[in-house]
Amino acid sequence: MRFLETSPKVKPATDGLKIAVCLKQVPKGEHLQIDPVRKTLKREGVESEINPADRNAVELALQLKDEHGGEIIALSMGPPTFVRSLETAIGMGVDRAVLLSDRALAGSDTSPTSYALAETITRFGRSGLIICGEETSDSSTGHVGPGIAGHLDIPQITYVIDAKVKDGKIIAQRAVEFGFEFWEASLPALLTVKFGCNRPREPTLTRKIKAKRGNVIQIWSARDAALDTSRLGLEGSPTVVSEIETVDLPSRRGEVFTGDTKETVSKLLNRLKESGFIRG
Amino acid sequence: MAEKEYNGIMVFLEHRKNMLRNASIQLVGEGRRLADLLNIELSGALLGKGLVALAQEAIQYGLDKVHLVEHELLRDYAPRPYATALAELVDRRKPEALLFGATMNGREVAGRLHAYIHTGLAADCTAFDVTEDGYIEMIRPAFGGKSLAHILCKKTKPQMASARPNVFPAPEKDVNRKGEIVREMVQLTEKDVDTKCLSVVEYESEAEILSRAEIILSGGYGLKKKENFALLEELAELLHGVVGASRKVVDIGWFPRERQIGQTGKTVRPRLYFAIGISGAVQHLAGMERSEKIVAINSDPSSSIFEIADYGIVGNMLEVLPEMIRQLKEMQQEAGQSSS
Ligand SMILES: Cc1cc2nc3c(=O)[nH]c(=O)nc-3n(C[C@H](O)[C@H](O)[C@H](O)COP(=O)(O)OP(=O)(O)OC[C@H]3O[C@@H](n4cnc5c(N)ncnc54)[C@H](O)[C@@H]3O)c2cc1C
Ligand SMILES: Nc1ncnc2c1ncn2[C@@H]1O[C@H](COP(=O)(O)O)[C@@H](O)[C@H]1O
Repeated sequence: MRFLETSPKVKPATDGLKIAVCLKQVPKGEHLQIDPVRKTLKREGVESEINPADRNAVELALQLKDEHGGEIIALSMGPPTFVRSLETAIGMGVDRAVLLSDRALAGSDTSPTSYALAETITRFGRSGLIICGEETSDSSTGHVGPGIAGHLDIPQITYVIDAKVKDGKIIAQRAVEFGFEFWEASLPALLTVKFGCNRPREPTLTRKIKAKRGNVIQIWSARDAALDTSRLGLEGSPTVVSEIETVDLPSRRGEVFTGDTKETVSKLLNRLKESGFIRG
Repeated sequence: MAEKEYNGIMVFLEHRKNMLRNASIQLVGEGRRLADLLNIELSGALLGKGLVALAQEAIQYGLDKVHLVEHELLRDYAPRPYATALAELVDRRKPEALLFGATMNGREVAGRLHAYIHTGLAADCTAFDVTEDGYIEMIRPAFGGKSLAHILCKKTKPQMASARPNVFPAPEKDVNRKGEIVREMVQLTEKDVDTKCLSVVEYESEAEILSRAEIILSGGYGLKKKENFALLEELAELLHGVVGASRKVVDIGWFPRERQIGQTGKTVRPRLYFAIGISGAVQHLAGMERSEKIVAINSDPSSSIFEIADYGIVGNMLEVLPEMIRQLKEMQQEAGQSSS
């Protein structure tokens, strides 16, 4: 399997578990703004953070490493500013990081994104686990993780809230609509991690300083990762966004009652009675 | 121009415990609408074992045809064998469009499949339309729900999309409807099953409780402490409603996660939704903005929840809720007396 090939660029871990974590940098929830002219997400001058679910992915990777040893490599694909999130990940305890950054990648939809991340991970050499977040807060597709697993043709377990490695296998608890499921797969495997399933540790200062020192974070071009550029970016994306509408929430702004509690409550209940929600 | 070779819309029919899942039934309804607009066939892809009766039922919801893929290795759902079988089916039947319910399994299998067959996939769509030149316009909330993106997939086929559950209404069943069941063979071996489900722990149909509720009362961080959810429970009982919650209170453990409403929780559309002590963050609105009527109770008049509320009370819930309970009880007592 291609996935198991070692790369001349990166020496494979000799022992322990090698984990690749995919993380994206996203605008902070409350700072999510749309450029009114370009109708794209404002990224400049907007506070950003590691995609919330990806912090849970990093934490799960760290917990597995705490138990089994090994190495964690964080991978992000995006503009140079994404280095900040990789520094944070190093601060949390990730060993090293790669930022895949290239103009050729701009405008990629989930198909080239999964392809590029999957291929890049193969350049890390033998990995036991690939961990992604369940979805990003800006694109919210949740399709990139399964897309990576599909490209590499390795097992996938999605919406994971906890996982253990035992006898070369991964056993993961998966949260589904109607409860939980426990799944087992052999390694290498890909997990996507449910947002909020654990408490991500805070980055420490000493580790962050380490991040600033050379070579802990590498920036790779599409060429460094030996990607087929015809499969990347807008060109390589099967989908196009033909239109973006700004959502005017169904601004109902109906009647808002203020003042004496007895009166406001009575007014509300009367309205609900009129609309048939309350009998009597 | 659409390639001639590809034809029809195919819907992935998800099932559980020998029942079609709601998301799939809803999608059959929407698929029917699109297929009629384009004047093409609507089929279903049903994978599993021993599913003839389900195939018939799916047809009654509005399909022309079901591709029934029965295989021992598909008896239990697992992402890889399902994606592999679907890839083979797509290659053979060449649908123009392939739709999935954006359930957890629907999303993971669609995400894997789009990498296998190299085509476009629009996630979690909340509306569809057709273009003049016969493509499907896939419309989905983007950027945390602040905008709607219209997505087209013209370069490759099939055009793939997943559709958010509980957004499209479920179609009526027509027991007289006839359709074709086409048995499909697929090549699978034990090796294709690379993950195994060891066990399942179910909530007592918790998930269904919210989606069936006509009245939902949700509490947020403004409830101040866990114990105050008792007020909501009491109110819910009087109104025959069900209690839900914002993510913030779920995260701090005041309320169970399976009752979380919003982008990362459940999408609901009850007839009446109460947002109590909830600020109205876009991620919360994503899960409830389609409710028929919305009532907001919040101490801060500038809270964005009031922007989408039909009725609102500006006030402290610690005063408003007990007063509501008192007045409702009074009303019910009066009603009881006059009817006896
Ligand atoms: C990726 C992502 C996904 C998310 N998914 C979801 C999701 O699925 N669901 C969800 O809900 N959130 C989600 N969120 C979180 C969301 O952004 C908000 O943080 C959350 O909804 C806020 O919850 P809240 O309204 O309960 O709390 P707050 O925002 O803290 O609001 C509390 C409100 O209570 C009011 N209040 C305070 N005291 C009183 C009182 N005594 N009486 C009456 N009112 C009072 C305040 O005025 C305020 O408006 C998500 C966030 C991210 C980043
Ligand atoms: N540009 C990116 N760089 C690194 N990881 C990514 C990127 N985009 C998506 N991912 C990973 O894929 C997951 C799902 O993303 P999405 O499909 O966009 O919702 C995220 O939680 C990340 O783990």
